[in-house]
Parts: sequence; structure tokens; C-alpha cells
Amino acid sequence: MAKYKTEPLKCWAKAKELRDKYYQDYATAHERGGIRWTGGAWSFDAIPYGLGDDVYPITGEPYAASIAFNKEFSLKCMEATEAKGWARDLCSYMRNYWGSMYLNKYNFGGPYPKPTFAFQDHICCSHAKWYQVVAEHEDIPYFNIDVSVGPYHLIKDNPQKIKYIVDQMHESIEFLEKVTGREYNDDKLIEAVKTDMRSTSTWAKICELNKNVPAPLEEKSMYSFYVFGTLSKAKKEFADFYDELYDEVKDRVDRGIAAVANERCRLMSDTQPPWGFLKVFRYLEKYGAISVGSLYTFGLVGNWEVKKDGTWGARETYMEKGIEINTRDEALTALADWTLSRPEWQHFYDPGLKTEMMLRIAKEWKLTGVMLHLNRGCEGLSTGIMENRLGLVESGIPVMTFEGNMGDEREFDLGRTMTRIDSFMETLDLEPISAD
Amino acid sequence: MITAGVDVGAKTVKIVVLRDREVVATAKDLSGFDQAKVASELLAQALEKANVTQGDLAGICSTGAGRKIVSEATHSVTEVSAGAKGSLFINPDVRTVIDVGAEEGRAIRCTEKGKVEDFAVNEKCAAGSGAFTESMARALEVDVAELGKLSLGSDASVPMNAQCAVFAESEVVSLLHAETPKQDISKAIHDAIASRITSMARRIGLNKEVLVIGGVALNVGFIRSLNEAIEMDVIVADDPEFVNALGAALIAAERAN
Ligand code: SF4
Repeated sequence: MAKYKTEPLKCWAKAKELRDKYYQDYATAHERGGIRWTGGAWSFDAIPYGLGDDVYPITGEPYAASIAFNKEFSLKCMEATEAKGWARDLCSYMRNYWGSMYLNKYNFGGPYPKPTFAFQDHICCSHAKWYQVVAEHEDIPYFNIDVSVGPYHLIKDNPQKIKYIVDQMHESIEFLEKVTGREYNDDKLIEAVKTDMRSTSTWAKICELNKNVPAPLEEKSMYSFYVFGTLSKAKKEFADFYDELYDEVKDRVDRGIAAVANERCRLMSDTQPPWGFLKVFRYLEKYGAISVGSLYTFGLVGNWEVKKDGTWGARETYMEKGIEINTRDEALTALADWTLSRPEWQHFYDPGLKTEMMLRIAKEWKLTGVMLHLNRGCEGLSTGIMENRLGLVESGIPVMTFEGNMGDEREFDLGRTMTRIDSFMETLDLEPISAD
Repeated sequence: MITAGVDVGAKTVKIVVLRDREVVATAKDLSGFDQAKVASELLAQALEKANVTQGDLAGICSTGAGRKIVSEATHSVTEVSAGAKGSLFINPDVRTVIDVGAEEGRAIRCTEKGKVEDFAVNEKCAAGSGAFTESMARALEVDVAELGKLSLGSDASVPMNAQCAVFAESEVVSLLHAETPKQDISKAIHDAIASRITSMARRIGLNKEVLVIGGVALNVGFIRSLNEAIEMDVIVADDPEFVNALGAALIAAERAN
């Protein structure tokens, strides 16, 4: 008999509808006289919203992940990118995205929709080059913001560092006005910044609910939801959706509804998963194991802070704190301060910071062990991962590693990964409780 | 109590039959294309050697890459658990097991109680496995046993930079063209594989005693290079390629209890 009650999430259909709409809205934006732009999941996407209500982004990472999920098309994209002479060990999201552009095929049907402009910032080496290549190929204007001012604990009380970014943001608004011929609206910017804060703080609150035993969500489902924060943090529909999702997940916690009926082993993963093979997460269930999240799912989208009791909780928004945002400069300063505090932004500077955060998650989310994806597709998030492994092991946390690539299925071996999981479960003294 | 361990590896199938924790029969054959059939026939042979029938067995535990295709198995475990169990049975002082088979290299760290504490697997690269020595032996036109012995005659340190077996092969060809003595090339090959295995093993920590198991442990050239690379003397298991099957048979006995 199952240990816990489970039930499907009610908001699935809505999530799918919202995601489909996002990609269709982008593709059809020009038909409605709107603007479409491309950039990264790390872009300050609140800024282009000041151009009007008909501005539609497509962010490269989740778009590329959706290509990776479509294995046949992904392979064609990889081959098209390699045929242009790009090396196979570059970021696999970037290669999928470029392939779609070179083939002039949109993963959601029709030709690749040419953006009006590219708007990006770069914390990873691939970020800037990615859209430089897009801009050159598509002959579109491109603006890039340098955010390399160090980890948040060194910048939060250093206004010069924030100002360095805010100055570039001001310039970016001049760029946007010039390339679109539109007048910029500061009220829309302020609204978008507040929406960004609301969505990313709420996502953290949702992840926090997974501290409960049994966990109400497992990571495979979380991927379907965290994605909204990578598509557009400042989009009102997405922030509203997170509010709804929070209520539903909270209700699951209150009623003791589990994501995995026989939860007895709690894990976290790390970095992007191999998108074409999410079944590895289902495979864990055979052992009553669940991945309750990761620094990646929690901290790429969610904003966190250390609470009075020393634990991690959602960062209080400016609105919750009663801090007013009235001018363009205040909005941009708030956006820079808010964004740079996000956990995934920290460890580009020092893997030690990542280990600290992982140890915190291991403790507060009551983990049994950790599964680290040695992800050949992402130099950014894989940097220092073996050092993280060492830090976890030295703290007595069992760790398994598996090799793969988030976006290039040619570098992932499903059978061997499942064997690796079997070995790891054996070392944790867990026998299968259900057949394969 | 009689139990059997069946190790279906990438290249060979190995069987160990135990009676009251004593090995009473072993059998080995190439895995071939129909591994399930080979495993069944080999099990029958081993049981015949041991003079027992399948009905006399308290359990059969399978392990190895093809462990799930053994229809006779009552249990199955991965090579990590089987290797650790077999190794500690052979020598209770073992704390690190290095297992180099045809397709994979593995390092396992165990506690004194025989529990696996950590493990690492080299799966993506042939340069840490038996397949590497085989392809290099082909390039040098010698057999694998000879390749190992050849390298004992060299004290040279010829760097092999290629990490990939495919590129390493062309590096071997270049060394041959440069008239590098075969024994030096052979040593370079073993140094390269030993260095791969060592860096993987260091990831989990190398604690004494270190036992080497798997078919590649029979290669004397590799063992010398490994001793040098890890800067300690490893112990080579007797019948190293049977240790996982032995571990599986021991696990079958534990589970039957
Ligand atoms: S390498 Fe990783 S962090 Fe960098 S752009 Fe690619 S996916 Fe993003």
C-alpha cells in the first residue's frame, strides 16, 4: 500500500496553455504590429516591457530546451550548426538555437520568426556571443549589458557596482527607443519590475513548500513550472500563474498530498537535466526516491534571502517592504539589485558559494543524497561542479554523478545513467519497491 | 547453502557457484550477441561442474551490464555492489577497489564494514577500459598479453596526449613512424590508461589497501603503470575477472538468509 496520497496537479493544463501561447504570441507578434525580441533567460526582460503592451520575447535557453526535447529536430539543428563550423563542445542550448535559425525552422511550426532586436546580458561567456551571432546572421540590432560586478554579498552595499549596471540599463532604453522608434513608458517599466519581483519571490515560496515531507512537487514537474521564470519574469500572466500555483501547492501540503506516493529518499539534482531524457526522474520512483528540486530550479528563477531563523525563504519584495519605486532610475536600480541577488548568479564567481548553498538545501530540504549532472552542454553552470561534489561528500552527503548533456542527446546514455542510479540506490541500502 | 553469481559483462560472461561461501565452480565465455542464451548455457555448465542442479540453489544473483537479461536470477545488483562485496570477501582490509573491465573503469571506496561509501565510473571514454588496450594492441600488432609484458622492458616516459582511444591510435601510429621502440610505446599506452584510472579513483579518495579487479588486472604492464601513478602498491585479485560474479553469489547467499 502507498505511503502517501497523490493526485495530479490541477494547473497542468493552464501551464501548457500559457507556454503554447507564449511561443505563438512571439511568432505572430508582427502580424499584430507588435515587437518581438530575443535574448537570454538571464536578460533584464522587464526593460523592453516599457515599449508597450505588445512586446513579446523569446528567450534562448527554454526555446533550446524545447528543441532538445524534440530529439529529431534537435539533431538536425546540431548538424546545421556544426556544418557552419561551430565546435561541438559549445553550449548546447546555443547550438540548438542557432540550428533552428540556420534551418529557418521554428520548433513550434513555420519559419524561425526573425526578432526585431536582441537584448541580453552576459554572466556566462556564451551569453554575449550567442546573440552576437544571431544579430549578425539576422542583421538585427543588439544590446548587451555587462553584469560582471561580482557576487551579491560584495555588491549589495556598493552603489558604484550597481550603478555600473544601471548606467548600461539607461543606455539600453535609449537603444530600444532608437531601434523601435517608440517612446519609452516609465510607468510600464515600473510595473514590469514589480511583476518580476512578484513572480520570482512567489516561485521561491513554491520551492520552499518542498521542504515538507512528503514533498508536494517533484523536480520533473517543477521543470514545467519554473520555465515561466525563464521565459519572462516580468510578464503579468506568469506572475499570476505562480500565485495560483502557490495556492494549489500549499493546499497539497495542508492535505498531505505527495508527489511520489512512496517517498523515502529525498534527493536534489544540479544544473539543467538532459531534456530529452526526463524519464530518469521517473526511474527514481522505483526506489521511492524523489528529486525535490535543485539549486538550479530553486535559484535560477527564485529570489531568496536568509530569514531571522537562519533558514532560506523567499526574498521580500520591495512592495512587501513598502519601498516605493517612482522613477526610471529607481526602477532600474531596484531591478539590478533584485536580479543580482538571485542564487544562480553567485557561483559564476566562486564554486565555494555554490557548495554553501547546496549544503543549505541539503539540510533544509532534508535530503538523503545528491545527483550531480556533469553537464557537458553548459560550461556556465558546470563550472566547479566537482568541487561542489567534494564539498558535499566532505560534509557526509552521499553524491552520485552522471555524465550527459542537457541539449545534445548524442552525449547521454540512458541505460548507463539508470545503472548509475541503481548503484547509488544500492549504496543507500534502497531496494526497488516497484518494477522498472 | 549453494548460490550462484552471474556477471554478464560487455565482453564476457562469468559464473561463480558457492557452497557455504566456498567457490565450488566457475565458468567463463564470450558474451556474444545473445547474452541471455550464453548466460543460461554457462550457468548450466557451472552447475554441472559443481555437481548440483538449479533446484539446489538458494539464490542466483546477476550483475554486470547485462544483469537484467538473466532470466534465472532471483536478484540483481550493479557491479559496484558486487565488486565491493567480492573484494572485501577476498581481502577484508581492502578500502578501495579499482575495477577495470572491457568497457568501463570503476573505483569504489568501502568502509571496514563493507559498505560502499562512494564510487566513480568512467563510462564515456574507452581510454579507461580494456577496450583501449585491445585497440592499442591491434595498432602495435601484438596480442594484449604481449602488450603488457612488452611494457615491462621499458623505463621510458613517452607522453601520450590523446585522451580518446581513436586519437590515441593515430598517436601510436605516429610513434611507430618515428621508430619509437614498441616496448616504450607499450609503456606509454599503459601509463595513459593508468593515469585515467588514477584521476578517477582520486576523485573518491584512494585508501589502502587497493585491490584491482576486472580482466585488465591481468595485464602486468597496466599494473606496473598503476602502481607508479597512484604511488602505492596495489593488490591484484586472484582470478580478477571473477570477483564481481563472486560478489553476486555472496549477495545471493545473504539475501537467501
Ligand atoms: S553555457 Fe550554460 S550558462 Fe552559458 S549560455 Fe549556455 S546554458 Fe547558459
